[in-house]
Amino acid sequence: MARLSDMPPALAEHLLALPCEDMGSTPCVGGPPLNERRVAIISTAGLGRRGEEGFSAGANDYRVLPADLPPGEIVMSHISVNYDRTGFQDDVNICFPLDRLKEMAADGEIGSVADFHYSFMGATDPVQMKPAVDSLIGPMQAEGVTAVVLIPV
Amino acid sequence: MSAIGHYLEAAGLPTVQISLIREHTARINPPRALWVPYELGRPLGVPGDADFQKRVLRHALSLLERTDGPFIVDHDEDVPSGTASSDGDGWVCPVSFPAPAGEENSAAALKREVQGLKPWYDLGLERRGRTTVGVSGLSIDAAADYVAAFAGQGLDAPSPLPELPVAEAFKRVNDDLQAFYQEAATAQPGHGGSHADVLDWFWGQTQAGKLLLACREKARETDDTRLRFIVNGLMVPRLAASRLGI
Repeated sequence: MARLSDMPPALAEHLLALPCEDMGSTPCVGGPPLNERRVAIISTAGLGRRGEEGFSAGANDYRVLPADLPPGEIVMSHISVNYDRTGFQDDVNICFPLDRLKEMAADGEIGSVADFHYSFMGATDPVQMKPAVDSLIGPMQAEGVTAVVLIPV
Repeated sequence: MSAIGHYLEAAGLPTVQISLIREHTARINPPRALWVPYELGRPLGVPGDADFQKRVLRHALSLLERTDGPFIVDHDEDVPSGTASSDGDGWVCPVSFPAPAGEENSAAALKREVQGLKPWYDLGLERRGRTTVGVSGLSIDAAADYVAAFAGQGLDAPSPLPELPVAEAFKRVNDDLQAFYQEAATAQPGHGGSHADVLDWFWGQTQAGKLLLACREKARETDDTRLRFIVNGLMVPRLAASRLGI
């Protein structure tokens, strides 16, 4: 029920009022066939490793999630309370589908799964995030990433 | 999220985004997006259903073959009927907490409630093999103690995380307490309850919910603007506030 029309009016109005700037049109980059691509996930669910510093209001940095990190080591410190967390409590793949990517790689649907994935905390001005996002481009290119799946929460 | 797509694509990295709020995505206009009709917090649709999740992911990844963006494609598959969603369906938590032997203060009532939920939390931990409780690093008893103390004493309550600003400590304790209750509630037999039902139960019927609301009142009396920001906007979900009038 992420249709705004299905939400309580107060929640829908709050979401509609959030600032979203038109960023124009960025040309799409091509790439190899899907079964040759190396895929990374960037989540904005405020995920991090257990024991790591959590996200705070206004955080514009990110956490690194290695592909071999056990699901039990992943916690969520997103500041917003306005979304369901019971799905994540049941199954980390509901917002960080690393197991699904691994299965698709094993089946030959995608080329491979990146060694490193990343999480930001979405409730932040995206302009403030840009330096941190830019700093990820080198590491992703260095490990041959050719597709990034961006997943909100 | 959509902004990240612009930044990466401009640097030569192909991206595809899953979109939960179509109106936001349409405004920011990322290179490629797949809108899904799922509840906030569940971008892959159904927890524990690998096939369902893979259909979403496969559809999203297939969009990488297109270079005619920006575009938003709709994913048409709804969650199966009976799958928990945020429409309340009247689930009632079956745990009945033993009555106190005599007079009991609110801190003792919270302790009793936490004790009563521990078997279900432990069962959930065993079944899932993981827990999302832990952002504060405190035991659940220590987290509950702090909430009870803060509800009575406000800023005079000793913080269990003195290295952090009070607002941050309170937020993390609050998150862990809510996660503990949710994981315990959803581990119980017959749980088909929705997010809204769990919120109704927590905020409307539990001692933890009552004490957190008391904490909010205490926090509102302080000069700590960061703490007031947390309790006013980042503690009670808008869905619960709207449904319960709190």
